[in-house]
Amino acid sequence: MTDPDRPAVVHLPRSLASLFPQAERRMDAHGATVLEVVRDLDTRVPGLANRVLDAGPSIRRHLNVFVDGQIAALDTPVPGGAQVHVIPAVSGG
Amino acid sequence: MTGRSLVLVGTPKGAFILESDAARRDWSIRGPLCDGWPVHDISVEPGTNALLAGAGSPWFGPAVWRSEDLGETWTHSSEGLTYGDDGPKVATVWNVTAGLDGIYAGVEPAGLFRSTDRGRTWTHVEGLTNHPSRPEWGPGAGGLILHTIVPHSSDTQRMWVGISAVGVFETRDGGASWQTRNKGVRAEFNPENRFPEFGQCVHKLVMASDGGELLYQQNHCGVYRSSDGGAQWEEITGDLPSDFGFVMTAHPRDPKTVWNIPLTSPEEGRLMPGGAAAVWRTHDGGETWIRSGEGLPQKDAYVGVLREAMAHDDRDPVGVYFGTSTGQLYASADEGRTWSRIADNLPPIWSVEALAVD
Repeated sequence: MTDPDRPAVVHLPRSLASLFPQAERRMDAHGATVLEVVRDLDTRVPGLANRVLDAGPSIRRHLNVFVDGQIAALDTPVPGGAQVHVIPAVSGG
Repeated sequence: MTGRSLVLVGTPKGAFILESDAARRDWSIRGPLCDGWPVHDISVEPGTNALLAGAGSPWFGPAVWRSEDLGETWTHSSEGLTYGDDGPKVATVWNVTAGLDGIYAGVEPAGLFRSTDRGRTWTHVEGLTNHPSRPEWGPGAGGLILHTIVPHSSDTQRMWVGISAVGVFETRDGGASWQTRNKGVRAEFNPENRFPEFGQCVHKLVMASDGGELLYQQNHCGVYRSSDGGAQWEEITGDLPSDFGFVMTAHPRDPKTVWNIPLTSPEEGRLMPGGAAAVWRTHDGGETWIRSGEGLPQKDAYVGVLREAMAHDDRDPVGVYFGTSTGQLYASADEGRTWSRIADNLPPIWSVEALAVD
């Protein structure tokens, strides 16, 4: 059983965490969905949501978010203690 | 020799800064800056000498970066840089220019944003997007981009912008309303109407140093001058070897001196003609043009120069700089008469700006 009060653990890529002096590669965050988790992080790392979210809101096209290993959308539920990974997609040149 | 001379370079793999003293002979380089983000444009905020970089990451979206210590440290923000959740997604910032009443950012898809808090937050200048022609705007080869912003030198209510392939617009009421400013400019790709009200492919627009009415334009179809703030344009392509090109920069003190780099047509590669690199300049407002290739490769130089990749400083004599789409950066410390290469292995150069600090 997962404890719904436990924070999720969000894993940020180095290229994202390095944009913000307040950010760390692993951060605890609360929220029932991926969107709420991102918003919670943004309260402690102002501007981070703008780097992850596009208009819509939607997850930026070349980023992927996984919750406990499963590809996720913004409305995907985030259980207490979940492992959330933000992964840059393979793109660019 | 005292003084610092900086050349700010934007590339798809970050920003770079070349630095010299007032003599501008020996240069050092630092970078990549802005975390290696694609940087379309770097400019300088007058008065503070803060550096502003317009950028867009394929992963993390658009942002304007700001440095208040000449590029040593940077912050970034895109708060408010959006057309809203129901609007088109902003891909990148193509131009960032400080005006008298704030900082302006031109983005893709084409639109204008303003910041009055040094780039921390942004507000959409809706008057331009609400122009009646907006439903008919079509992209150029580089996309539907607002790439040029020219604030008036003294009137906060006036500003010009350039959009490919839409044309030039001017506001005289601080951005609330805009008028097309394309009269006299050819649109050869539109044979049914070679002189439409809009749809011209402006490549670069610059203001002369005489106070705000004299403008110059490099267009997809010719080089132009306007002596009435863009109300009417007169072609000054004259004896330039091509009517195509991207860059143009105007002398900081002499309103009749402008530098330009003609390129072969898009169908012929957008390269310096004949494999010989050259910068052309006029000292009479475009009546006549002078070629300078001294110090530039004159054989087998198959290089192009992109829209934002030429600039000048305000020293006396003026320094002129340009970068190529293959990563070479050239400088002239004598107003474009002779040239030397100051960097050779940069990424493709998207933008060049110059700053003299004494």
